[in-house]
Order: sequence, then structure tokens, then C-alpha cells
Amino acid sequence: MLARRIIPCLDVRDGRVVKGVQFRNHEDVGDILDLALRYRDEGADELVFYDITASVDDRTVSPKWVERVSAMLDIPFCVAGGIKTVDAARARLECGADKISVNSPALERPELINELHDAFGKQCIVVGVDSFEDQGTYRVKSHTGDANKTKETGRETLAWIEEAQSRGAGEIVLNCMNQDGVRRGYDIAQLTAVRAICRVPLIASGGAGAVEHFEDVFKRANVDGALAASVFHKNIIPIPALKQVLKANGIEIRI
Amino acid sequence: MDVAIVDTGCANLASVKFAFDRLGALSVITRDADTIYAAPRVILPGVGSAGYAMDRLRERELIPVIQNLVQPVMGICLGMQLIFDCSEEGDVDGLAMVDGKIEALETGDLPCPHMGWNTLTDLKDDPLLNGVEENAYAYFVHSFAAPVSAKTLACSTYGTKFSAIVRQGNVYGCQFHPERSGETGAQIFRNFLKVAA
Repeated sequence: MLARRIIPCLDVRDGRVVKGVQFRNHEDVGDILDLALRYRDEGADELVFYDITASVDDRTVSPKWVERVSAMLDIPFCVAGGIKTVDAARARLECGADKISVNSPALERPELINELHDAFGKQCIVVGVDSFEDQGTYRVKSHTGDANKTKETGRETLAWIEEAQSRGAGEIVLNCMNQDGVRRGYDIAQLTAVRAICRVPLIASGGAGAVEHFEDVFKRANVDGALAASVFHKNIIPIPALKQVLKANGIEIRI
Repeated sequence: MDVAIVDTGCANLASVKFAFDRLGALSVITRDADTIYAAPRVILPGVGSAGYAMDRLRERELIPVIQNLVQPVMGICLGMQLIFDCSEEGDVDGLAMVDGKIEALETGDLPCPHMGWNTLTDLKDDPLLNGVEENAYAYFVHSFAAPVSAKTLACSTYGTKFSAIVRQGNVYGCQFHPERSGETGAQIFRNFLKVAA
């Protein structure tokens, strides 16, 4: 049986792992390699590294740390942030990243998804979507790495996810912004709505604060993986205990 | 040198090399026919599409080189699909080192591609599987797969049961990524470094 994935997300800024509340006020939570190793040892199924400054500052991820992470890790990892071209994606994949994730650049130029798909295959193309609820409609924001540069795109979330899939996305990470960093649980309603139209693996992001939130999102929204940051970085939820509880509650989990 | 990793022009070469580095094995990424012939063991890695990878091997004049290898050879992920006779993906001829055809994985209502950690089941008694337990998890990312056959050493199931590991003589294939499959993957690579030529 395919296991549901527990995915710590490491937001990276200037080579350090940081975490903000609702995408603002980032605080330093540790060194990339230290945290990556810790999560591997604790049983994380996959890691995501988001260079949150990349899109807004027009920088690209340093392939050097990607290579150091790859040399050390024996679990899969995804690199996100500022990847605007096939060449930028290739550099990261050649350094050992298993997947690359695109968000703002795909919103600016959706053909990027087709180009990445054609160059590398859908299995390594993740599309990240930052979505917020506005009077009952889910809408997409871009450039969320910096609160001052965040833009509304005018796109509706469900339509954008349909388009991303038809252009060749192999996985969707849905970050529900209303929930991000506040630890009140995943946005089950929104994730359920997206699940209904999502034919590729769907990863929930934003809102994890307690073990029950993970159980809820797997059982009620039927997502393939659950991503979280602060509860793992601050050790509010230890991954080994989380996985034991989920398994005991009948969810397929890799122990 | 312990292992030659064939430069298939695909993107995951470095992570395969790093996995052998972690085991203390000396590996080289190469497209040189003499280096590949002389290597005690050969890995054929690959991600992406079968047609693209076969075109790169053809350009590099590596198809007969790989077909003529007598030492242990292991195809990984797309590399496993290339060692079969042919693939439904783009209707491409493969290297024909293992009998059979790669087919689209019938996932039914499940999301596709099959992505994540899945269990290895129906394990056969083979040196490649020494120390690997029934239901051990391995990391998969794929949409095509080899049906279960007499060549199957281990299965996995996602919508349909398929071959997770195959062997025909000196030729092995892993549909999952041993380099990203934690201790299970490391054990399979350790075993591969020991299997008799």
C-alpha cells in the first residue's frame, strides 16, 4: 500500500531555515543540513526546501546547497523558489533534487510548466499554489515570500490547478494561506474541493498545529501528503510520535 | 572502480552516485564504452520519458554496449523500463535485455503518477534481496510499469500489482529509486555490489 507522506517544509532564506507567521516576520530556526538530517532520522518521508526570497528578489536557488543536501539524504527532496527556466530547473535536478516546484514564475508564464514537463517528465514537476479564501471563492496569490510584494493574480484556485495539470504538473502543493502559521488545522473544505479535481498527487500545506490535524486531512480531504514547518521545527509535534498515532488510527504510514 | 553509472542524459545521475558514495563504493558517471565494458558492475539510471532516454543512448552509441554487458547490470526507474523489449510509452523499442513490455500503470481512480513510499511484497529468494523484509518501503515515482512475470523478484501494488524488482540473468531492474529509499535502498545497493558476475 502506498503510504501517506509526512513532509517537513524548510523555508530557506540566505542559507538558513526560517519560518514566518502568515508569510511575515521570519525567524531563524536553524541550519539547512542540520535540520534535513534531523528530519531524515526522525522518519520524514520527503523534504521540501523553499527559497522564499527567490521570486521576490529575482535570485535563484544556489545549486551548491542542493548538492550538499543530495549527498547526505537518502529520502526524496524537492527544491522550490525562483525557478523560471528549464535551465534553472536542470541545474537543481542535476545536483540531485528529485523534484522542482514552481509557483510565481508559472503564474507569470504558464508555458513554463509545459517546458519543464517536456524536458524532464511530469514526475518531477510540482506546482505550488498559494490560495486564500475570499467570500467563498478560492483565489491565487503570487510572490508570497515577501508581504510587501505579494500580488493577487486574479486567478481562481480550482481553474489554475486544472490548467497546471493540463500543462503537465505531476504534483500539486496547495498552501491555504488563511491557515498558514496559525496552527488551527488544515483547510479541509478547500482541500476537499481541490482533491475532487486533482488527478495527480495532492499535498496539503498550511495550518498544522496538532496530531489530529494530520489525521483529519488524510481521512477527510484524502490528500497524498501533509506538509508542515513550524510544528516540526519547534518540535511541537515530533514526527515519530505523529507517525505512530496516524498508523494506530488506520492510516497507511511508513514507520 | 566498483560501479559505472551510464550517463543516460537524464537528470538523476548525481543522486545515484551519491548513494554509492555513502556506501563507500567507487562509482563513475560515464558515457565511454570502454569504461562501461571494464566496470565490474553497471547502473543504468533514468528519469523522464523512454523515447528521450533511448534517443540519448542511440546518439552516444551505447545501445549495443549495454546490450552486450555480461557483468551485473541494474536499471533504475526509467532505466528499468529501458531494459525491457519495448515500452507502451510512445511505443518505443527498449534494450531487450529482459523479456516483456512496459505498460501504462492502471491506477483506476487513484492519482497518477504513482508517487511516494510503497511496500515491496511477494519477495523471491534472491541475493539482491538479502536482508530486505517483506513489506519494506521503497520510494516510487512513475506512471508506467512492468507487469508481474516469471522475471519478477518483488511486487508492489498501486491500483494494479506490478513488478517492483525484476531479474533476468545478470540484468536487474528496480522500478523504485534505491538511492532515495532509505535503508532498504541502501541494502539493495549493498547486495548489488556483492552479487556474482
